[in-house]
Amino acid sequence: MPRWGMVIDLDKCVACQSCTAACRMENNTPIAGANQAAMGRAILWNEVLPFAEGEYPNVTETLIPRPCMHCDNPPCVNVCPVQATYQTDEGVVLINYERCIGCRFCTVACPYQARYFNWYAPEWPAPLKAHLNPDPEVAPRPRGVTEKCTFCVQRLRKAKEKAAAEGRPFSAADYVPACVETCPAHARYFGDLDDPKSLVAELAASPRAYRLQEEMGTQPKVYYLKAG
Amino acid sequence: MRPAPAHETKLEQVVLQPLRRTGPGFYYLLAGLGLVFLAGVAALARQWAVGLGVTGLGRPLYWGFYITNFVFFIGFSYAGTMISAILRVTQAEWRRPITRIAEAITVIALIIGVIQIWFDMGRPDRVLFLFLYGRIESPMLWDVFCIGVYLLSSLLYLYLPLIPDLAHLRDHMLDAAAWRRRLYTFLSLGWRGGAEQRRRLEKAIGIMAIILLPMVVSVHSVAAWIFGMTMQPMWHSTILGPYFVVGAIFSGIAMLFILMSTVRSMFHLEPWIGEKQYNYLGILLLVLSAFWAYFTLSEYLTTGYGSLTDEHRVLQAVLGGEFAPEFWIMLAGNLILPFAILIRRKGRTPLGTFIASVGIVIGMWIERFLIVTPTLTRPSLGLLPAVYTPSLTEIAISFGSMALLVLSFLLFFKVFPAISIWEVEEGEAVEAVRRKARELAQGEAVRPSI
Repeated sequence: MPRWGMVIDLDKCVACQSCTAACRMENNTPIAGANQAAMGRAILWNEVLPFAEGEYPNVTETLIPRPCMHCDNPPCVNVCPVQATYQTDEGVVLINYERCIGCRFCTVACPYQARYFNWYAPEWPAPLKAHLNPDPEVAPRPRGVTEKCTFCVQRLRKAKEKAAAEGRPFSAADYVPACVETCPAHARYFGDLDDPKSLVAELAASPRAYRLQEEMGTQPKVYYLKAG
Repeated sequence: MRPAPAHETKLEQVVLQPLRRTGPGFYYLLAGLGLVFLAGVAALARQWAVGLGVTGLGRPLYWGFYITNFVFFIGFSYAGTMISAILRVTQAEWRRPITRIAEAITVIALIIGVIQIWFDMGRPDRVLFLFLYGRIESPMLWDVFCIGVYLLSSLLYLYLPLIPDLAHLRDHMLDAAAWRRRLYTFLSLGWRGGAEQRRRLEKAIGIMAIILLPMVVSVHSVAAWIFGMTMQPMWHSTILGPYFVVGAIFSGIAMLFILMSTVRSMFHLEPWIGEKQYNYLGILLLVLSAFWAYFTLSEYLTTGYGSLTDEHRVLQAVLGGEFAPEFWIMLAGNLILPFAILIRRKGRTPLGTFIASVGIVIGMWIERFLIVTPTLTRPSLGLLPAVYTPSLTEIAISFGSMALLVLSFLLFFKVFPAISIWEVEEGEAVEAVRRKARELAQGEAVRPSI
């Protein structure tokens, strides 16, 4: 059983937001508009977050792309009162939109702010609406439920279907999320962390590798490679 | 106005008077509260039609007024059980005229507290999922369980001591409206007041009082653990459970004072609810104010003395940041005002306790707000602080809920007597026997020995 994980090399990342845009198109996240975004209501499964350190004039800002961490020990799953959010056998944390009651306990329990809430019914400007991803697994989520990065599970399903149709065994190399595929700087890596020969496993063991808020004990499956 | 039947005692006449006749002042009050309540209903209807976007919430401020209200109203529900059950268990005689009022607050406040979670839900239509698909690890499910059991128990605890009074109403309010007579007949369960019936009732009430005590602690602990079980700064703290319990008893007694004094002057209950109740409860309120201050100090000092960055960011927002005005109002309402008024015996009057209690109720709402919000503006990830501006919808629903609390309370006492008649009569009988026993004992003492 693979254990899907991601590595993001901050030395290579140029914070161009291509990952954010690719995620939008792949996963049909709604457009909040400027006013709503200012209220913190933009839904961005992948978000490039600014972290400022130090006091003026000695300030450094680090930009860190943040998908869902797909923690091995996810705080969001435990607090969900209706079992709407769950972890698959392959370690991916998903949400059942038909089940979610919109209490937002998971959103406050997540230390990574990776979960988003549908404050209104989803909306798109007409030209974008015409180009929504038709995959039923990413059909627009209804108002009032929580959503977040799924490591593009629909792509995993498609990759498995394709391998089966071509009569060959499914390999980890067949599956890659949209943000990883898009990254123009090749800063993102994706694969099976449990396969010691995989590139992600190798990079995750690098001395440069670290995870966000590791001290929380959440065991994220997204690793970063330190910049500089 | 028809005169009250002559065979009734003064207690029965006075207590049943509000059930017989309603003056115009009551209707004005009802209309005023009803308007505020309807404004809340309209705001809620709009929220359910449009979505939670009509609130001021966003990321990372996912929770705001509704969750604050949830904790706040559930706190009031402590009044009944703590006052009524503890005083019953310890056989404090002065409890008798106020237990009914305290028990009514418990049930009403609990229901209004619970529906706040419903207001906060993005999918209120799926509320039953909590019962169908519950996950036992979730602190919110602990709440569903504990509050559910507590609600049923406190309903029973309100109802049991009502039975003899309902039977009295059934037998003596023969000129009342037909629905009232049917209601009293149905609810009094064929009570005849025989010795065996009384013995069983007293036993059941005694058992319920003891069962309710641990339950009441569980209810507010699990409410606190919704926050305490997350790893967010200043939420992830062991003090939160006991802190919520102390705060709940504190605000519960304050609410009891406010509603008790309102009912007392509206229904002319001064002969029964008097100096003793105000004095003793006033001292209790003062003790709880000190307890609350001690817990607050413990929490803030422990956080402030250390240097954990995330925790400090939140604490500084409260002490010196944008939440500082609220912090000082809270301190004034919860500590300074009660001590200034209630420390002297002369201050523990209906007016004095009323003013102190209003300060405490405001202070305790702010306390709940200061637990919920500052942490959410500065969650552990360390992004720029968020700002929370509650919308009119949230404000209207909050005031509407408060109006609903007072409204339900007043209407309840238009149908059911505000003082437990049989218990007060029993207390008077006990007192008379004691007096007689004292007289006899004194007589014994002065009689010269042969």
